[in-house]
Amino acid sequence: MDRNSKLINKIGNFIIFMGPSLIAFSCVLVIPFLYGFYLTFTDYSPIAITYDLVGINNYKAVFADKEFWGQFIKTLSYVFYSTLFCNLLAFILAYLLTSNIKGRNFLRGGFFTPNLIGGIVLGYIWKFIFANVVTQFGNIIGYGPLTTSFLTHPDRAIVAMVIVTVWQYAGYLMLIYIAGFVGIPKDIQEASEIDGATGLTKLVRITIPLMVPSFIICLFIMISRGFMTYDLNLALTNGQPYGSTRLLSMHIYQKAFQANEYGVGQAEAIILFVTVAIATVSQVLLTKRFEVEA
Amino acid sequence: MKEKTKVLSYVKYILIYFLLILFVIPFYLMLINSFKTTQQFVDDPFSLPAINKVGFDNFISAFEKMNFSRAIGNSITITTIGVFLVILTSSMAAYFLVRHKWKINRVIFAIFVASMIVPFQAVMIPLVSIYGRMNLMNSKWVLMFMYMGFGQGFAIFIFHGFIKNIPIEMEESALIDGCNKLQSFFKIVLPLLKSVIMTVLILDVLWIWNDYLLPSLVLLSPGERTLPLSTYSFFNTYSVDYAPLMAGIVLTIIPVLIAYLFSQKYIIKGVVQGAIK
Repeated sequence: MDRNSKLINKIGNFIIFMGPSLIAFSCVLVIPFLYGFYLTFTDYSPIAITYDLVGINNYKAVFADKEFWGQFIKTLSYVFYSTLFCNLLAFILAYLLTSNIKGRNFLRGGFFTPNLIGGIVLGYIWKFIFANVVTQFGNIIGYGPLTTSFLTHPDRAIVAMVIVTVWQYAGYLMLIYIAGFVGIPKDIQEASEIDGATGLTKLVRITIPLMVPSFIICLFIMISRGFMTYDLNLALTNGQPYGSTRLLSMHIYQKAFQANEYGVGQAEAIILFVTVAIATVSQVLLTKRFEVEA
Repeated sequence: MKEKTKVLSYVKYILIYFLLILFVIPFYLMLINSFKTTQQFVDDPFSLPAINKVGFDNFISAFEKMNFSRAIGNSITITTIGVFLVILTSSMAAYFLVRHKWKINRVIFAIFVASMIVPFQAVMIPLVSIYGRMNLMNSKWVLMFMYMGFGQGFAIFIFHGFIKNIPIEMEESALIDGCNKLQSFFKIVLPLLKSVIMTVLILDVLWIWNDYLLPSLVLLSPGERTLPLSTYSFFNTYSVDYAPLMAGIVLTIIPVLIAYLFSQKYIIKGVVQGAIK
């Protein structure tokens, strides 16, 4: 075979193997992502006939938008609390399930169930629970604060969002923590027990340091998903009451598709992207420092 | 000492089953209330439905108003074909990227991996604007193509990690025997990927089946709606009468739970593999 036909062969294989993947990937991700950057410098609107370049005006508008930053802070605290409580609960569940307990597979399967169902359906289920069941329960036990729905109070509706998020993902993170617990070498556990480490000491000194990789993954999953939450938000609260639970994704959606301000909406989306990138990368780098060799 | 561990073990059981009940009680409440009338539900959501009044009226009404058979059909088509396209194209691409360590391939792989942290919201607006102007909206096929694109990053990452550890010798001898690249991929490499294909399959099925935002932007006409879309529109249109809504939720959950019952082992394994890779 001469050089030329070998090259043609190589290119042919490249097109066959990589072509479909690259075309689809570029058409839905790369091109829209780059075009999105361009959009942020225009005043493009789907209902106007022409549009102009406006420089960095969209970014200026976003940075001056108090409402946006209020929702930004709200989203940050939503992500923070759901990440914290979800990981805490998942870790406890995994700890209990890896100790000597009967019916492990059944329990594991049960806790994982919410993950099979999409945010829309989960949101509607909990809407009923908060509106009708919790309030009835409050009436029965005669506890005042429970008799009105969580979803009608600006302060408590966001708590409801956190509760459902924790419930939704705890089973998923639990599986990852279980894999982490199981992956700890037996000899290290035995050695620590011979040295007299039991219960809490063993957990804090041996188990948790060896499970740092699991923590890295679980925190990453919760942080990135938290920032992108949309379905649950839409079905459970739809941003109500008084816009108190409108998280960033919903804000961007409404800016673009209800207010028809594509440029501003996309500038906000870019800010969301940068925030997610900074939050996840710094989380991974930070937790990596706690990693130890087994 | 022994007494103490025994008590501790009881506490453990009580705690874990208490938590499990808290976890599944929402599903249980949905189920029992889906048989009641709205008034019965509002008065007392905790009681079981009266035996002489158990009726499937709510289910029949939900089934019709949600256009359930149509919606589940759309969901099945989109999920099946979408996941098939993702797996086929991403496994081929990952194979090529592993076996040819060209500079450009390294760059391409890095871009695929980096794409995993791009939130969908960052491309949502341009996507609607581009595809809307080209009149490509409102088509199942365009949606499947989009899933194919969005699925690449993660699937290639997983396949790449797995194929890296497959020894190249078998393929080399196949090449000497006259197989071309395609044949050696489909006959030798693909069969070895079975377990990792299961992982990608399960995660992508769960993703596409439950996805709401992307189909809500693409599929505009009622006839094209997937299950999450028809659930949403059902709830927005008939929000006054609770009881059929709950029946609608039960209807959408049941197929998933049945599938889960039969493939729980694989699903859990797949999810764990996908996360810790």
